[in-house]
Amino acid sequence: MRYDSPLAAVGNTPLVRLPRLSPAESVRIWAKLEDRNPTGSVKDRPALHMIEQAEKDGRLTPGCTILEPTSGNTGISLAMAARLKGYRIVCVLPENTSSERRELLTMWGAEIISSPAAGGSNTAVRVAKELSAEHPDWVMLYQYGNPDNAGAHFATTGPEILADLPSVTHFVAGLGTTGTLMGVGRYLRANKPEVKIVAAEPRYDDLVYGLRNLDEGFVPELYEASVLTSRYSVGSADAVTRTRELLREEGIFAGVSTGAALHAAIGVGKKALDAGEEADIVFVVADGGWKYLSTGVYTAATTEEAIETLQGQLWA
Amino acid sequence: MAIEVRIPTILRTYTDGQKAVEGTGGTLAELLADLDSRHTGIRERVVDGEQLRRFVNVYLNDEDVRFLDGIDTKLSDGDNVTILPAVAGGSR
Repeated sequence: MRYDSPLAAVGNTPLVRLPRLSPAESVRIWAKLEDRNPTGSVKDRPALHMIEQAEKDGRLTPGCTILEPTSGNTGISLAMAARLKGYRIVCVLPENTSSERRELLTMWGAEIISSPAAGGSNTAVRVAKELSAEHPDWVMLYQYGNPDNAGAHFATTGPEILADLPSVTHFVAGLGTTGTLMGVGRYLRANKPEVKIVAAEPRYDDLVYGLRNLDEGFVPELYEASVLTSRYSVGSADAVTRTRELLREEGIFAGVSTGAALHAAIGVGKKALDAGEEADIVFVVADGGWKYLSTGVYTAATTEEAIETLQGQLWA
Repeated sequence: MAIEVRIPTILRTYTDGQKAVEGTGGTLAELLADLDSRHTGIRERVVDGEQLRRFVNVYLNDEDVRFLDGIDTKLSDGDNVTILPAVAGGSR
């Protein structure tokens, strides 16, 4: 494979079968290795696509400042592209995200504004919207509501999966902006109406949820419930357990949110097995484990210790 | 028939600070009515009329009931129900 520039090398990631974690010969689990993108996460796809579409329609012009609420990966992808293309970038980041993510953003030249830990990404979105109102000349690509986020996956991730695995029965991914699930989901359903689209939503402990109000919930504008077949809420303990299993059993070093997606993939796999159905389940490895090393979840002696180290931290 | 229900911090004023309570019911609607008989007012924070409130998610054994049968989702002994505020997540 040969590309004319690093930015051109986004996508075309490997799809690998997990022989040890698949529930049976008839129920196979496949990992889409999105950590193999230029900055190491699935977010290179929407970030680049959102920038290029904004350039095309004239919203983004030389000298512009980009503003984005992000818990890390989208900011890192945008910051890399912004550096190569000559834009200034400001990221709003929850204060309880890992130090690696902050360092990576700084390394790519992004300016960081911290939002309070309580409420996690929801609060970052609110702070970014306030900043956007104060600085009307800044361009907020706004991954939560930008159709080009889902559009990137409709145009690339979905077709790659169907081409590599025409027998795909389930697609499982983390639920954040919902862009991956909406884009891949719509593409696969258009080509295979019976395909099941499954979301794995991170469920944090009380330290993260504590101050949230039930009336102030946030649903990304991109989200359309009819695209999904089911939605799992995966707690920190299950996410950490699966992240460590993936490393131990299959040699894949992935971030903690990938463990959550794997947990849901194994869950739907067991359902298929119980129902006596064949299944080819694809789940997304959103990023590698590098950015989460400081949490200690990979090196903790036991899974219980690993779960303990993650208390109160945003892992997705 | 006992079902464990996990309560978010924001609703623990109704459960004397308990993180989890037990309830009974053949459906989610019946379970919520049962909870309300001991924890008065909790049902109305979760349900608006005959529907789940927009920013509240309820999970049966980790699966969102909106993709099952909503408030009419059938429950069985030993099930786990989790009530949570809707939240954005993901490494974005």
